[in-house]
Amino acid sequence: MILNIDPGIVDWSRAQFALTAIYHWLFVPLTLGLSFLVAIMETIYVKTGNPEWKRITKFWMTLFGINFAIGIATGIILEFEFGTNWSNYSWFVGDIFGAPLAIEGIMAFFLESTFIAVMFFGWNKVSKKFHLASSWLTAIGANLSALWILVANAWMQYPVGMKFNPETARMEMQNFWDVLFSPVAVHKFLHTISSGYVTAAIFILGISAWFLLKKRENGIALKSILVAAIFGLITSLFLAFTGDGSGYTVAQTQPMKLAAMEGLYKGQNANGLVLFGIPQPGKKAGDGKNNFILKVEIPGLLSLMGYRNVDAFVPGIEDILYGGYKPEFLNVPHVEKEKALPVSEKITRGKIAITAFGNFKNAKKAGDEVAATKADSAMKANFAYFGYGYLQSPEEAVPNVALTFYSFRIMVAFGFYFILFFIIVLYFYSKNKLQDKRWLQYVMLWTIPVVYLAGQAGWIVAEVGRQPWVIQDLLPTRAAVSMIETTSVQITFWLFAVLFTALLIAELMIMTRQIKLGPKDGGTK
Amino acid sequence: MAIGKKLWIIILIKLFILFFILRLFFFPDFLKSKFSNDKDRGDYVREQLIRRK
Repeated sequence: MILNIDPGIVDWSRAQFALTAIYHWLFVPLTLGLSFLVAIMETIYVKTGNPEWKRITKFWMTLFGINFAIGIATGIILEFEFGTNWSNYSWFVGDIFGAPLAIEGIMAFFLESTFIAVMFFGWNKVSKKFHLASSWLTAIGANLSALWILVANAWMQYPVGMKFNPETARMEMQNFWDVLFSPVAVHKFLHTISSGYVTAAIFILGISAWFLLKKRENGIALKSILVAAIFGLITSLFLAFTGDGSGYTVAQTQPMKLAAMEGLYKGQNANGLVLFGIPQPGKKAGDGKNNFILKVEIPGLLSLMGYRNVDAFVPGIEDILYGGYKPEFLNVPHVEKEKALPVSEKITRGKIAITAFGNFKNAKKAGDEVAATKADSAMKANFAYFGYGYLQSPEEAVPNVALTFYSFRIMVAFGFYFILFFIIVLYFYSKNKLQDKRWLQYVMLWTIPVVYLAGQAGWIVAEVGRQPWVIQDLLPTRAAVSMIETTSVQITFWLFAVLFTALLIAELMIMTRQIKLGPKDGGTK
Repeated sequence: MAIGKKLWIIILIKLFILFFILRLFFFPDFLKSKFSNDKDRGDYVREQLIRRK
C-alpha cells in the first residue's frame, strides 16, 4: 500500500527549517569574521603597545561577545528538527551526518568555549601573548566549527564517500576524506566563511561611520576603518574567487540548480550568463513561452564559468527533464555517459531501486539468498536514481526558478558592490577625506543591512535551488519527512518565530546601547 | 546592569527554553520515542521508504 504524505507536513517542516536556518545565519557570519578582526586588532595592540588599540580591541570584542552570546545554540534547534521532523532522513544518512556534527561539537566545546573565556575574562589575568593566542584560537575554533557543519551540508548537495546498506537502511561512510575534501565541501566552506569575513568588515565600517557621523571617537573609528576596509577588500576578492569555484561545482554536480539560477530552460553551446533579467511569471517547462520578459546577457560566460570552456553546452531545465544531451559533469552514472536520461526514466529506475530495496529485506527474512542477491544487484544498478522514485512527476524535480534566479542576482550584484565599496572607502581614507564625506558615512552605515541581505540570498540560492532534494538525487523532502501531525509543526514554527524574534530584538537593543556607550565603556566587565 | 551579567541571563534563559521546554515537550526524537532499539527503528524507516514511492 502506498502511503500518501500530507503536503502540509512537508511544507511546514521546510518552512520551520528555513526560518531556523535564516535566523541562525543572522548571528553566525558576524561571529566568523569579527573573531578574526578582533584578533588582528589585538595583534596590533600587542605589537605596538599603543593602549588605544587595546580600547579598540575591547570595544569590538564586546560587540562580538553580545552577538556570540545571543546567537549561541540557535543552531542546535536545527538538530532538534532533524530528529523530530526529518527522522527518515536522520536514519537514512547514518553516521555520515553524525560524524562531522560530533567533531563540530567537540571542536566548538574545546576551542571556542575554553579560549573565549580567556578572551573575555583573562585581561590582566594572563600574559598579553597568552591572551592574544586565546583570541586567535577562538577565531580558529569558530571557523573550524563552521567547517564541519558545511561539510555535512555539502554532502547533502553532493553525496560521496559512502555506501548504502540495505540491511540497516542506512548510509555507511566509506571514505572520510572524500566527504571532507569533496569539491562542493571545499568551495562551500571557503565561500561561506569569506562571506562572514565580509559581513564583519562591513559591520565595523558601518558602526565606525556612525561614530564619524556623530563626530565621536574619530581616532578609534578611523583606525577600525583602516583595518576593516583592508580585511574587507581582501576577503571580498576572495569571496568572488570562491563564488566562481562554487558556481563551477554547482554546474558539475547540480545542473538543475544552475539552470534555475540562470532561468535557463533550453540549453545551448556557448551559453551566456544573464547579467540582468526578468523571468516570465508562470513559465513552465515545455509550455513554449519565452523564459524572460527581458534579459541582458554576456555571451559564452555561463559555459566558461560552469565548464571552463566558452563553447561548452549548458543544459537547461527542459534538457534535464527530457534528457538526450551529453552530460559532462562529475560522477555521471555509467548509463548516462553518452546521453542523459529523461527524468521520467530516472523515476522508473528509482522505483525499481526502491522495490528491490524492499525485496532484499523480504528475501533475507525468508532466507532466500539467491533472491536477496538479485534484489541487491537491481538496487545497486539503479541506486543513483533512488530518490527519483518518490517524485510524482518529472516537473517535481524543478526548484522555484524565480526565487533562485533573483536571489542569485542579489547575492552576486551585492558581492561586486562590496569590492567597489571597500575600494572607495580605502581611497577616501588614503586621501584623508573620509571624515568629511557624510554621504559615504551614510552609505557605510546602510551597507550593514545590505550585507545581511546578500548572505541570506546566498543561502536561498544554495537551499531553494537544490529542491526537492534533501540528499541530491537520493532523498527528496517528501520521503525524508516524519509522519507527524502538521499542527505540531505549525505550533513550533510560531514558537520559534517568537523566540528568534525576541532574541533578535534583544541583540539589536543591547548592541545599539553598547555602541552608543562607545569604546570608553566598551571594556569587558 | 553590567553587559556581562545581562548576557549571562539571556544565555541561561535561552538554554532553559531550548533544552527544558522545546526539547522536552515539542521536539522528542521521533524514532527513539517510538521504538526501543535500532532494529525496530530501521524496519520502520524501511517501511516508510518503501511505501512512500
